[in-house]
Amino acid sequence: MSQTIDRPAAGAVEPAARGTETDKSRSERRLGWLLAGPAFGVMLLVTAYPILQALWYSLFDYRLTDPSNRSFTGLTNYGVILTDAVWWNAIFVTLLITVITVAVELVLGFALALVMLQALKAIRPVLRIVILIPYAVITVVSAFAWQFAFDLESGFVNSWFNWIPGITENTAWFGDFGSALFVICLAEIWKTTPFISLLLLAGLAQVPDVLQEAARVDGASWWQRMTRVTIPNMKAAIMVAVLFRSLDAFRVFDSIFVMTGGAQGTETVSFLVYRQTISRLEIGLGSATSVLLFITVVILCVGFIKLFRVDLSQARGGN
Amino acid sequence: MHPRRRLRWSMTIMAAVLAALASACSSGPPGPPVLTWYINPDDGGQDEIAERCSEQSGGRYTIATSQLPREASEQREQLVRRLAAEDSSIDLMSLDPPYVPEFAQAGFLAPMPPEVQARAAEGVVPSAVDGATWQGQLVAVPFWANTQLLWYRKSMVAQMGLDMSQPVTWDQIIQAAQRAGTQVGAQGARAESLTVWLNALIESGDGAVITSENQTDPELVQLGLTAPPAIEAARIMRSMVDTGVAGPGFSTQDEDATASAFQDGRSAFMVNWPFVWGQATSGVEEGTLAPEVAADYGWTLYPATVPGLPSAPPYGGINLGVGAYSAHPDLAYDATACITSVENTAYYMVSNGNPAAKFAVYDDPEVLAEFPMAPVIRQSLTQAAPRPKTPYYAEVSEGLQRSFHPVGGIVPGPTNQAAQDLIQAVLAKEALL
Repeated sequence: MSQTIDRPAAGAVEPAARGTETDKSRSERRLGWLLAGPAFGVMLLVTAYPILQALWYSLFDYRLTDPSNRSFTGLTNYGVILTDAVWWNAIFVTLLITVITVAVELVLGFALALVMLQALKAIRPVLRIVILIPYAVITVVSAFAWQFAFDLESGFVNSWFNWIPGITENTAWFGDFGSALFVICLAEIWKTTPFISLLLLAGLAQVPDVLQEAARVDGASWWQRMTRVTIPNMKAAIMVAVLFRSLDAFRVFDSIFVMTGGAQGTETVSFLVYRQTISRLEIGLGSATSVLLFITVVILCVGFIKLFRVDLSQARGGN
Repeated sequence: MHPRRRLRWSMTIMAAVLAALASACSSGPPGPPVLTWYINPDDGGQDEIAERCSEQSGGRYTIATSQLPREASEQREQLVRRLAAEDSSIDLMSLDPPYVPEFAQAGFLAPMPPEVQARAAEGVVPSAVDGATWQGQLVAVPFWANTQLLWYRKSMVAQMGLDMSQPVTWDQIIQAAQRAGTQVGAQGARAESLTVWLNALIESGDGAVITSENQTDPELVQLGLTAPPAIEAARIMRSMVDTGVAGPGFSTQDEDATASAFQDGRSAFMVNWPFVWGQATSGVEEGTLAPEVAADYGWTLYPATVPGLPSAPPYGGINLGVGAYSAHPDLAYDATACITSVENTAYYMVSNGNPAAKFAVYDDPEVLAEFPMAPVIRQSLTQAAPRPKTPYYAEVSEGLQRSFHPVGGIVPGPTNQAAQDLIQAVLAKEALL
């Protein structure tokens, strides 16, 4: 693919700037630091400090209601977590939710992005707003809405869809693992597909029209243009979308907290952190769980970037 | 303006703003001290009592209320986090009884003066005194006391040939409902209500979830979950599902869902708190419930686990705790006398449907008119047993819920053993929850 146009251009500027730093560029850099510095400091304070504190606490046997008996236990908390089937089950459930929701969202989001791109100019803004509305809804609110819809007592789903085999007036959606997970995934997909479609729209808009035209002139069908031109040219955008959403999906908490409260084996890793830290008040064990969650997310992130060679700084498709 | 002058100007303005803020913080509002009472959500009864007591204090204090989350477990989470940070804004708090030992053990409750101890237990139902006691000391003031009754639909039960004037057992009502093809309402959701049910079943069989009362070392807590009464409790729970009387949504059924199935006539029996009566009567007033349905409600004592052995119904309600970091613990304890007066708790029972902790309230004609089952509630509160008393209640309850949910998956014996092992491992900090 002829995607090399901007590479030399970018490369041509850099050495020149690096070699001769003028007074102007130095003062600009200082201004840059002055402007970004406070935000950087605040970020350090609100993210680095709690992360380090969690790391520190995770090495202790520390109960919030019994601070006087706090004792250093080294890596014991990590041992407890990693040898507990509950942890591995939570990892499995979390991964399952992540894979299902991200896969479905990618397909749906791509379709929505295509619709947004190709819609008539007149209705485009309205369409974008309509598609974005679910994303503007607070997750807890959307979780309650979906829960009420599927609830045996208050829900309408059973009476509307009882023509579908397997759904009756008495279907208890939150009564077993599979159906509860289905509703949780549905709520997540409804809520975050707009996010993924927005990222994909940005990628779609960057596929050069000339390439599409050239393919059309060569007699390529719609499907061929899609698979040979459009998708390869927006690979980076797709990867960024998948990466962001996967990290987001891996931290799923609100929907599960509202809909099942962790019942029917639907506990995720974030939920375990909540239960150890907030319900059990075991700050040590809870911190260790959250550190492990953090490490898992980092591994996921690095794995993604290495495996798919995603370059986050690159807006265009790579080669 | 010159840059330096502009800087000086902005510094002056900033200093003025800071000074104003500082003075606003330090001086406080004039007048009597304001006691903050953290309340659980209700129908406005605690707000009204706060107002009444502020007036009756003769200017010594005023009470402001601050609302906690809806779920008891979330109320505890918020209070514990505030108190762990030594929050001095908590003067009074409405505490769910099972968490009293945890708060007392952590030193979150201000020491109760001896005269308050004597006064607070006077004329109070025994279960409520028990629920406010830790290590032999009264540590909270009983405000109102809740208990579950066995509710039944008179018309449906009349055809079953069951004599409801005599104590009935769980097996009897389950079998009768199975024969009649109707349901028995109980709380099968994975929530605190499941612990309430399980504990009542075990206590009614003369057993206990925790056999070492007042134990503060988590590793020395003894559990009675593998003893015969607990296995019998597991058998009864499981039989609810096996006989089909539990209903389709049992694994997510809470108190509200139980009440609505009973109201619709889907179940002939249910165990539930007295709020269901208030719900039914207000439904009739609003025209959403046919009067004959409310008239069909019957009530009696909680079912027995073992024939011939009186049941130990669930005990709940609210106790008042005084925050250890309060600036006015004496005034706060004074205020509890007003809040828990016979007059105010009778008002609370009539207006908000929450049963009083004091015996005297059950003789009040207005209470008797509004709650014809008041004598049964009073009797139930006399027999009721609190949930396991331990500073690690959240762990114990959560461990029980994890093991005994879903009810259809209980295997009497192995499930008991699994629950016992899990809770012991959790208390020894060797397992996640």
